[in-house]
Amino acid sequence: MLHYLDNSATTRLLPEVSEAMCRTLNETFGNPSSLHPLGVSARALIEEARVKIASALSVNAQEVVFTSGGTESNNMAIFGVATLYAKRGRHIVTSAIEHPSVLEPLSRLASEGFEVDYVLPLRDGSVPADEVLNRIRKDTVLVTMMHVNNEVGSILPVDVVGRGLSDFLPRPVFHVDAVQSFGKYRIKPQEFGIDLLSASAHKIHGPKGTGFLYVRSGLEIPPYIRGGGQERGLRSGTENVHGIVGMAQAVSALGKWDFWGSVKPLRRKIEEGVMRIPGCSIIGPKQEGLYAPHILSLRIEGVRGEVLVRFLGAEGVCVSSGSACHTHRGGPSPVLSALGLKPKEAEEVIRVSLSIDNDESDADAFLSSLEKAVWRLRRVFRG
Amino acid sequence: MVRYMTEIYGNPSSVHAFGRMARKGVEEARESVAALIGASPGEIIFTSGGTEADNLAIKGIAESLSHKGKHIVTSKVEHHAVLHTCEYLEKKGFSVTYLPVDKYGSVSASDVEAALRDDTILVSVMMANNEVGTIQPIAEIVQVAKSRGVLVHTDAVQAVGAVRIDVEELGVDLLSLSGHKIYGPKGVGALYVRKGVKILPVAHGGGHERGKRAGTENVPGIVGLGKAAELAKEEMDSSSEKIKHLRDKLIEGILSRIEHSRLNGHPTNRLPNNVNVSIEYVEGEAMLLSLDQQGVAASSGSACTSGSLEPSHVLTAMGLSHEVAHGSLRMTLGRQNTEEDVDYVLSVLPPIVERLRNMSPLGKRG
Repeated sequence: MLHYLDNSATTRLLPEVSEAMCRTLNETFGNPSSLHPLGVSARALIEEARVKIASALSVNAQEVVFTSGGTESNNMAIFGVATLYAKRGRHIVTSAIEHPSVLEPLSRLASEGFEVDYVLPLRDGSVPADEVLNRIRKDTVLVTMMHVNNEVGSILPVDVVGRGLSDFLPRPVFHVDAVQSFGKYRIKPQEFGIDLLSASAHKIHGPKGTGFLYVRSGLEIPPYIRGGGQERGLRSGTENVHGIVGMAQAVSALGKWDFWGSVKPLRRKIEEGVMRIPGCSIIGPKQEGLYAPHILSLRIEGVRGEVLVRFLGAEGVCVSSGSACHTHRGGPSPVLSALGLKPKEAEEVIRVSLSIDNDESDADAFLSSLEKAVWRLRRVFRG
Repeated sequence: MVRYMTEIYGNPSSVHAFGRMARKGVEEARESVAALIGASPGEIIFTSGGTEADNLAIKGIAESLSHKGKHIVTSKVEHHAVLHTCEYLEKKGFSVTYLPVDKYGSVSASDVEAALRDDTILVSVMMANNEVGTIQPIAEIVQVAKSRGVLVHTDAVQAVGAVRIDVEELGVDLLSLSGHKIYGPKGVGALYVRKGVKILPVAHGGGHERGKRAGTENVPGIVGLGKAAELAKEEMDSSSEKIKHLRDKLIEGILSRIEHSRLNGHPTNRLPNNVNVSIEYVEGEAMLLSLDQQGVAASSGSACTSGSLEPSHVLTAMGLSHEVAHGSLRMTLGRQNTEEDVDYVLSVLPPIVERLRNMSPLGKRG
């Protein structure tokens, strides 16, 4: 029996999602741009999905642009705004704890002459809104911030920042990477003052290879992928129909669950359990409302995270060391460094991420394997 | 695909067992795709489809070689994924030569040769045209380009799985392909990049696909593409023969039964599944509508440009007048099609044309 506690890396498809996807794959295989019935019914599925997703955000359907995932959405948003407003200004404000799919486009822009201001988090991993707003200048064209951090679970005050930006003229464009929060937290782009919002399907029990970018109507970012002119010309390419259908199905299905009702008690249980293990500490904000309960970052002194992850894996418990997206490059996570952890300390961090799939047995399995692991591994390392 | 959707759902970048199983699925698929086109697995980059692969190839080369030159050679009959990317690069200071084609839609290697300049960094010509099915002389084009040290990209979205392709024999440096044109899923494709050829990424962040294409891999899609590639390799020869026979029967049937009809594209050097005819004195859209009512799903050009009133850029480049281009009809066959499908089309199409011609002011006998 596997205990999957790595839901911020990816999630299992909900049964109703895979059913909807298989139905689409097998029956509605037409190209949505074709005018014959097979094309028309594929198009209808896409537009239905768009309406579902738009209504989850209380926005207009035309403001939802389907993409191949969160990374593409972030790239499209950031490069799009940079291209659109390069003449107006070349200053961008962000936080130092963004996902690589935000940080890397920004460093690319920095090499092209943009100036990027990285707001450092406080020691606990929170990012105060003032710190962001204080950096805004006349030539700031973009503020890009994640809603929930993928490694330590900080909730960033996107609503306060979004509203605060209205005090500036010209008002910078506000992009929010909501990959870890969409479907879990109520987000209203219009109310919050968000112009662009990225989301991904596979973090909410939908399929990999699908995501979307909310683009406020009136914001004319240039196309990201050029070709047949799909997605209002912003993102060409034959639509991933079954993926889009799956994403919309995941949004509606998740809406029927009490996400926090099932996740919060598990977090509490795991927190209480790990506190009993000597040398274990929780990384990230502690104050209610500043952290997202589904992401729990732990440092276990004297045990390397990667070794621990493999040990737990052998016990049938899946967690991660840092985010899945850092495993390609090695080196300590920039997020943990930004929180002030030394490289050696950062290497001792693992991440547990929860979802509606998890129950008490997963928490118990994690805690007992962790205890065993710590006992064994510490002994080994101390020789 | 379903197994990778419901059971092996890990993130391939995760180091735990679930992640590693997903990674294995992705790497096996990479081997299958590589085997289909004679490449090595390390030369395959998975993308979200053919359009992204084309964008990545052209922009990726343009950015990585802009210090060497800013000239690109392509043709007038490319897919919009190539044409619109080239037009974008023109705005960014590149210059692009759009080569003409002959009446069959063929690009000539000598035209490519004449267009090459000292600052040419890339030639991008499609392997086979999506509208009229003409297969381009890529090997010859490569020879010409290679002798001048210029890289060659080919959009092989329509050709992969339909005709044998070996990147070593062809000598191309980059090749785009798509999953859903070879009986695989939508939302996945691949770009072949010859070992040693440097491209800059379009999507940044996370370092997936050797840093060339960031984003969590679409595992079920990639596995589906891998399986489709495997099946294509096994079945291509036999199914192509069958499809080609149906194609020829359909073409001959239409040309012999309908007056003032003509074949678009090359008569022999064409995709085994492509039928594209112009039927004069009728509107393509009206024909499609009538065919639709009779249960025949076809198109008037490419799906991507359907609904637009502009005549096809491919047919226009081949020298067809607007009227003749508007009367064009594309039927593309697949493994699932049978003799009965062809017989059925041949029985319903002539009366449709007859009726439309009688109704239309364009009708010759009106």
